[in-house]
Amino acid sequence: MWKNVYEWLDERLGLNDLYKNLLDRPEPKGNWWNTLGSAALFLFILQGVTGIFLTVYYTPSPDHAYDSINYIMNGVAFGWLIRGIHHWGATLMVVVVFIHMLRVFVTASFKYPRELTWLIGIGLFLVTLGMGFTGYLLPWNQQSYWATTVGTQIAGSVPFIGDFILKVLRGGSDLSALTLQRFFSAHIWMLPAALAGLIGVHLYLIIKHGESNFPSKED
Amino acid sequence: MSDEGHTGRNEISRRDFIKVTTGIVGGVIGLAVGVPAIAYLLDPAFKSGAKEAWIPIGKFADMQIGQPYAFSFTRVQVNGWERTSTSHGGFVIRKSDNPTDTVIFNSRCTHLGCTVNWKADAQAFICPCHDGKFGINGKVLGGPPPRPLDQFTDFRVTQDGVLEIYYKES
Ligand code: HEM
Ligand code: FES
Repeated sequence: MWKNVYEWLDERLGLNDLYKNLLDRPEPKGNWWNTLGSAALFLFILQGVTGIFLTVYYTPSPDHAYDSINYIMNGVAFGWLIRGIHHWGATLMVVVVFIHMLRVFVTASFKYPRELTWLIGIGLFLVTLGMGFTGYLLPWNQQSYWATTVGTQIAGSVPFIGDFILKVLRGGSDLSALTLQRFFSAHIWMLPAALAGLIGVHLYLIIKHGESNFPSKED
Repeated sequence: MSDEGHTGRNEISRRDFIKVTTGIVGGVIGLAVGVPAIAYLLDPAFKSGAKEAWIPIGKFADMQIGQPYAFSFTRVQVNGWERTSTSHGGFVIRKSDNPTDTVIFNSRCTHLGCTVNWKADAQAFICPCHDGKFGINGKVLGGPPPRPLDQFTDFRVTQDGVLEIYYKES
């Protein structure tokens, strides 16, 4: 019975082909450093799921952001768990992505034909940092308020166009309700969409080229 | 080395063992993730947010017979991070020494809800909004109000002599 269902689906969806191409790929000799990319992907999904759950209660308004987070932590069943995972997952994700990048560098896996995979990886790293930067403001407490004040000032120190960049980031010259709202929008829509798109291309390239072998002694 | 060869009466094959343990471990993980997730989403539905309570009004001994005694209190409603407070008020009128022989009016005018005041010289509750007028028994004496003043009918005097009314959100 299940076999028939499976065969029916396979005929139309090509499940077997998908399986062969996506999961049953040849790998270079096993090495734990090669699992970091998958770990980063897992963390992205985890952040996405816990982040969506946080939006059930979080409110991106200066009047309520802090109180709504307080409510998540103390008022909602398992709110502390969901926020805790999102909070620590964010740090872990930056660390994992960074080490993944280091490993690719150390094993020289960015060489032909994988230059584009590397370039897209740099984009992934930057957008991940952007997620951390925009997410940090959302609790709207003293720490996050001043961190963003300083962070946007640093971006504003670019010669000539610095002042303009600062105003674009803050939505005006001051840190305000506009800043919180645009950081929220970037954090839950724009940057995740960019990440998802970049991850898609990144993975396509990895499947297309296969994984690189570790350099041998002679290299 | 065939798995099937080992499946005696009471033995399970390695394949089945792995299937069963995977199922159990998967189930446990599923519960560990699913229960918090569902509890998190449903949580506000389980919170009643106390909508009724006994409210202390004042020392019963301070309330003089035949003299309306004004009181007021606020109720705070908490929904998540949002707090709304509403003010309420009224008048206690003792008719005799008997504590049960007491009427407690709500000072909310029955016309459009302004707060009525006791005017001793007129011996009436006067509404500032459209000149509604109620007698000391709560009956309408004039103006637009359609019915007598509402009453808090549930009240008690505690052991330490405090008058309390039972307030229920409508
Ligand atoms: C796609 C999915 C995501 C959604 C929908 C989302 C949503 C949210 C929301 C609503 C908050 C505010 C609540 C809070 O501060 O705890 C938040 C905070 C935060 N997010 Fe995300 N997020 C996502 C992905 C990420 C990723 C990939 C990172 C990675 C670096 C990240 C880093 C942060 C940080 C650092 C905070 C501040 C945490 C804190 O101080 O409590 N988020 N996120
Ligand atoms: S509200 Fe009291 S008379 Fe209209």
